[in-house]
Parts: sequence; structure tokens; C-alpha cells
Amino acid sequence: MASLLRNSGKITTTAGLIARPGFQGGRGFGLSSFSLFFSSPRRFQTTESESRVDSHCYDDEISQKFSVLGGKVPYTSGMRFTSELPEEKVPCYRVLDNNGQLIDSRNFAGISKEIAMKMYTDMVKLNTMDTIFYEAQRQGRISFYVTTTGEEAINIASAAALKIDDFIVPQYREPGILLWRGFTPQDFANQCFSNKFDDGKGRQMPVHYGSKKLNYFTVASTIASQLPHAVGAAYSLKMDGKDACVVGYFGDGGSSEGDFHAALNFAAVLEAPVIFLCRNNGWAISTPASDQFRSDGVVVKGQAYGVRSIRVDGNDALAMYSAVRSAREMAITEQKPILIEAVTYRVGHHTTSDDSTRYRPLEEIEWWQMARNPLTLYRKWLESNGWWNDEAEAELRSNSRKELLKAIQVAEKIEKPPVGDMFTDVYDAVPSNLFEQEKLLQQTVTRYPQDYPSDVPVRAVPSS
Amino acid sequence: KKTSLVVVRSDGSLNLNTGSSAGARRLDQLVTNAVAVSASLLSTSSTSLAVLIHELLLYEALREGLEEEMDRDNRVCVMGEDVGHYGGSYKVTRGLADKFGDLRVLDTPIAENAFTGMGIGAAMTGLRPIVEGMNMGFLLLAFNQISNNCGMLHYTSGGQFTIPIVIRGPGGVGRQLGAEHSQRLESYFQSIPGIQMVACSTPYNAKGLMKAAIRSENPVILFEHVLLYNLKERIPDEEYICNLEEAEMVRPGEHITILTYSRMRYHVMQAAKTLVNKGYDPEVIDIRSLKPFDLHTIGNSVKKTHRVLIVEECMRTGGIGASLTAAINENFIDYLDAPIVCLSSQDVPTPYAGTLEEFTIVQPAQIVTAVEQLCQ
Repeated sequence: MASLLRNSGKITTTAGLIARPGFQGGRGFGLSSFSLFFSSPRRFQTTESESRVDSHCYDDEISQKFSVLGGKVPYTSGMRFTSELPEEKVPCYRVLDNNGQLIDSRNFAGISKEIAMKMYTDMVKLNTMDTIFYEAQRQGRISFYVTTTGEEAINIASAAALKIDDFIVPQYREPGILLWRGFTPQDFANQCFSNKFDDGKGRQMPVHYGSKKLNYFTVASTIASQLPHAVGAAYSLKMDGKDACVVGYFGDGGSSEGDFHAALNFAAVLEAPVIFLCRNNGWAISTPASDQFRSDGVVVKGQAYGVRSIRVDGNDALAMYSAVRSAREMAITEQKPILIEAVTYRVGHHTTSDDSTRYRPLEEIEWWQMARNPLTLYRKWLESNGWWNDEAEAELRSNSRKELLKAIQVAEKIEKPPVGDMFTDVYDAVPSNLFEQEKLLQQTVTRYPQDYPSDVPVRAVPSS
Repeated sequence: KKTSLVVVRSDGSLNLNTGSSAGARRLDQLVTNAVAVSASLLSTSSTSLAVLIHELLLYEALREGLEEEMDRDNRVCVMGEDVGHYGGSYKVTRGLADKFGDLRVLDTPIAENAFTGMGIGAAMTGLRPIVEGMNMGFLLLAFNQISNNCGMLHYTSGGQFTIPIVIRGPGGVGRQLGAEHSQRLESYFQSIPGIQMVACSTPYNAKGLMKAAIRSENPVILFEHVLLYNLKERIPDEEYICNLEEAEMVRPGEHITILTYSRMRYHVMQAAKTLVNKGYDPEVIDIRSLKPFDLHTIGNSVKKTHRVLIVEECMRTGGIGASLTAAINENFIDYLDAPIVCLSSQDVPTPYAGTLEEFTIVQPAQIVTAVEQLCQ
């Protein structure tokens, strides 16, 4: 958490000049010495400066002193429009091939057996949790659920590459990070059942987890609104000079929101230690990525904002681990934002309220499920190292399943939070108007108990 | 650092408290709760002392409050457009970037939703940011962050994350700023659960409310007014805070309660002069706290005068006056001798033409007429 500032937070600023362009010399386009007239003074620098402005220009000395674009801009007499798409798509970083073998061991920094094993077991637990909770929703035991099927590698491998001090600012398809950090099946179940042991006190929909202890911001349903939050959190880490970064997750759909663009822009200008991790899973409910943007994915947007970026195979756990590890290093030591586009596929439906077979072919879903399954690929690598086998798999799956079923059974029976919790935490202390509204509600419920759920206690909770 | 604080009480008297620990402790308690504090909780002794004072303009008072809080707590930071080296469009942050550095007084690109969101993220991780909207109207772009995240995340996270953010900026009708720059956002924000709203009107309460808002654990929206920045007043040298949930008694009276806030306070006081000459005795209350309303002070006044006139700058439909009318009717209907009259701006976008713009604002003459009609 941010505490006292260790320094007054001075940073270097580039000489960002405010300019009002005027036109001097009208000899026509291209060959003229096109100089700009500047009316505002150079931005005052209060800092130990590290001059980053390369203010050379090919032209005369005056225009050499000033530059709107922060550096050399070559002129050209040939009118050239930059193509809307690059000639080649940005390559996708991958460590394991389709048979789970290292493609080039020189490009992979390595991973300890302990972390490698925990990564796989957590991926399996996540996958099992998704199956069981999805079934529970179908049985009417919970009202709603969002699966992460197909994106287990992104969840777990990115969590493995980070440290507990790194803040996680999720969208809603990243419960794996909580799982990695120690959220138990019971914790997940409690939130989904909105019972009194839920850290969120039953106030949010299922899968809207949040844990201050584990540095995981509470999920809000709004798309991409968390990305500026991630920049803000990075700002506070920067102020404190902490050895930690922030990771903001979002999907391909989220990259269309204004907040995404502004957040990347801000992070670049602010030089904030934040990693923007896009789970490009091809679908935003029923909107395919081709209807979401026309650029070469999300990775090219990084350069547009001055953000270093990489495209990674999101179904390759080792590639994700490697990329996030490096990104974290860069973000913290260089104090820069990094954009990672993890290319993957949303195997499950958008949520339990969706039936994706209505808008995409079953063959497509099945292909990704079989041929590019992150668990299968990674498991092949583990087995080739002799670290895993069928018995271990069966045992793990069976134990996870039992644990989860038990967690659901227990969570189902626990009381819901009391009615009083509806009125606390709106403010730091319960104000008088809410106190009156609570009394009114208690009176109504006590008078007509048959019209209200019986598992919600009515007794008042004193404001903390 | 001085330990004494000056307390402003709702009846307008000053209470200089020099270092007595019991009094100081109670003063600390006043600052952060969202519960309307009744006057009886304040210390009852009232001494008038010659206090050291200095004169300044309202924007300087805001800056003084901001600077004092930034000195006092390293976690306080400011972000907004042109707040850094430019010193703020209304000079509220002038000089602060030189003193505290570029990072603590942060210039942001033009994306209100994003920098408000950034403030929320910073607040969730322990900082105490102040987000400045260059004009309140621009914060309409930040509505998603303010409503869905700022007001909600403390609640939906089960109390795990607090958002001690202050969102401030000038609003209201200025001098021919055009419709888009004359918004009264208090109407739109008043419904959002989880936030508090206050409006300052004098250099004294501007500084006090700024400091209180920064110290509060809740998200607070501080409404300033474009035309009030150059008001001059003498304020105490001593450190003081104004209670966020209290209204200010501007002029005690017997015949009628006039409730107002921000710039309209001055129109009301001008009308009050005329009214006094005509033999009326209006009680003028600057409600200051727009969310929640200080129904304690207002109620006491209504019980005394039995007549209420609300003068606001908001539009007729859905403004602060509309909610205040409903709240008073609900709680104090038995004490009213006449229906509540609410004078507001018309439901039109603010015209640019100076003469037309004047017609949309409640003028002192209208206030006088309304009082005369009510007091018949």
C-alpha cells in the first residue's frame, strides 16, 4: 500500500511545448521550410533534468531549437500514406510447440520445478472450478457465473510471474490470479453464494471477487473502467518508489472503450509501472474481433501511444510466464508501461446467460478446445520432463472436484449477510437518512416475513 | 505545528480552542463522519477573542487549504488539466507544482474519465488525490467513474477498499461562458450513493471545506463557482476546518427561512437588504452541504419561521431545490404555514447573450417579491 512519500516525487519532463502553428513562407507543400510559430514559453522544469529532447531538424537553426514532435522528423517530397495494416502481422511469441516441446531453449529463461508444478495444478483447479460452478448455476444453486475456460494459462502463468505486492486490477475473467495467491475454493464459493463470509458482504454478483489482502481490486462490471484505476495505482507505486507494478487485465472488447486509450496514453506520459494485459480471446459476447477493431489486433495500439508491446500466445503457459516476468522487470526498473496482447480463445460462453453456439460454429470451439488447449499443451511439457503422469492427473482432478463440491455444499448452507449490511459501507459511518431507511426496511420485513427470504437475518448490525 | 483549531458552529459563532485536549479530540471527531452532527455535540462555551487574520481571495483560500493539507500529509496529491506548471485555470494550484514537484501536482492529458479513474485507483491504493475538473461540466465525461466506481467500490468491495478522493471544480453560470460551460452538476450527482457533495461560497468556508473534504474518508465533490473566485475576505491565521455536513447560518431572522448555496447566497443577501428596509426579517441559511442535507439546522429554522423559500441556480427540474423541497415537506410539513417556494433557473440551456443569461438566473428582485408573497 502507498504510504509516505520518500521524495517529493519530482520527475523529468520532456520539453512539451504549447504551440500555435502559423504559416510562414508559401512556396508550396513539401519543399518549403515549414516553420512553426510558438507563442508560449518552454514548460518550466523544476526537476533534476535528464534532457530527452533531441531537437534537431534538418532545416534552419530556428526550427532546430523547437520541435513539436520531440525530435528529428525527416521530410519527404514523395506523398506517402502509411498503410492501414502492416505488411506482416506482429509475430506471436511462443515457447512450446504443438507437442509441448521447447521450440528454442535459448529463448526461454527457465522456470523452477516448484513454480512449474504449481502452475499446472492451479490451472487444473481453475478448470475444475469452472466446470463445477457452471454446473451449479445450471442447477439453479447460484444465479450467475463466468468461466475462464481456454484462458487458464493467461490467468495462472501471469500470476506466477508476478509477486504478491503487485496490484491486480481485473476485468472479470481472471479468478486464477486469486487462486494462485491463496483464495480457497471456499472463498470462491462464499462469494458466489453471497453468504456472510463473503469478503464483499454479499453486495456483488457472483465472480465479482475482491481482496485487499491479496492486492486484487474488486471486480466492477463496467468494461475497461478499471484501466485508469490501474494507472492510478501505478502512480501511487511510483510515488512510493516501490519494487512493484500493477497489472490491468481487459479483453479485446475492452480495448474499444475510451478508457483503454486514455489509460495507455496516461501511463505513457506519466511513465507509470503498469502492465496492460489484453486477453484477446476473439469474442466480445457475440461480437468477433473483426467487428471490434480493424487494426492488427491490440498489440499495435501500444506503439500508437508510445507503449512498448508484445504479442504472446496466451495458450502457452511458459510463454506467458516468460513475457510477464520480463514485462514486470521492465515496468519497474524503467518505470514504463508495457502492453501484452495474449492471443487466446474463449472456449466457454461469455457467461451463463449466453449460448455461444448461436453465433459461432461448434467446430471452431471444439478445435480450440482440442488442438490448442493450454492444459494439454503444458501437460505434455511436464510429462516430457517426467514431472507428471496419468495417475497424478486423475488424483488431482478427483481431489479438486471433491473439494469444490464440498465448498459449494458448505457455502449454500451458510447464512446470508444481515439486512443491516445493505446500509453499511456506503459511507465510512452510517448517516442518519440511511439509518432511518434501514429501520423502515426492518419494520416492513418483520411485519410481512412471508414475502421476504427466510435466510436473510433482519437484526441490525451496528455501524463499525 | 499548532494544535489549536477554530471551530465554526452552525450559528456562525467562532470558538477558539487553544490546545485543550478534550476539545481538540472532539474537533477531530467532527471531521470525517457522514452523520449530520447536531450543535449540542459541539463544545458549548463560546468566547470571542481577537484572532490573527489575513485577507485573501477565494481561490487563494482554496489554495491555502490545499497547500496546508499537502504539507500535513504526504499522500495528498492533485491531478487535473493544467494544474501543474500553469497553476490551474483558475489559479487554485498556482505555485504548488514548484513546491511539491510534477508528480504530486500532476498535469494530465485531456481525458476526464481517465484521470478521475486514475484518482480512484490511486485512492484505493492509499493516496488521497484531489481531482480537478477544469469546469464542472467536463466532469460529465467522468460520470461513469464517479457513479459506477467512486461511489460504489467501497460498498461492493465489502469495505475493503476506501476511496478518499476529492473531486472539485468550478461550475454554475458565469459571464457568458456558453451553455456547455454553465452546467450545474449537483443536480446530476445528487442521486449517487456513496458520495458527499459540498458547495463553498466564501473564502472562509472554501478553505474549511477543502480541508475537511481532503481529510474525509468518503469521496467528496466540492462545488466551486466560476464567479466567486475573486471574492475577498479576512480569514483566521489559525488552522480551522468546516464541518462537511453542516449548513451555515448567514443571517438569523424570524419571518422566513431562505435556503440557498453558492453564488445565490449573494443574491439572497442583496435581496435581504431590501427586505430589511421593507420591514421583513429573513433568516438566511447557506446550506453548504448538498448531500446530505443538514436537516437539523434547516429543521430548527423551519420550526421557528414556518415559511421556506429556496433560491438555487439549478434548473427547475430535478435540481437541489427539488430534492430539498421534498425533504423538508416530508420531515417538517407540520411546521409549515405555507407551501415551500423554490426559485430556480428555467429548464433551458444557458444562453450566451448576456441579457438572456441574466434572465435565467434568479435575481434579487424576484427573491424580494417571493418573500413578500410568502409572508402575506
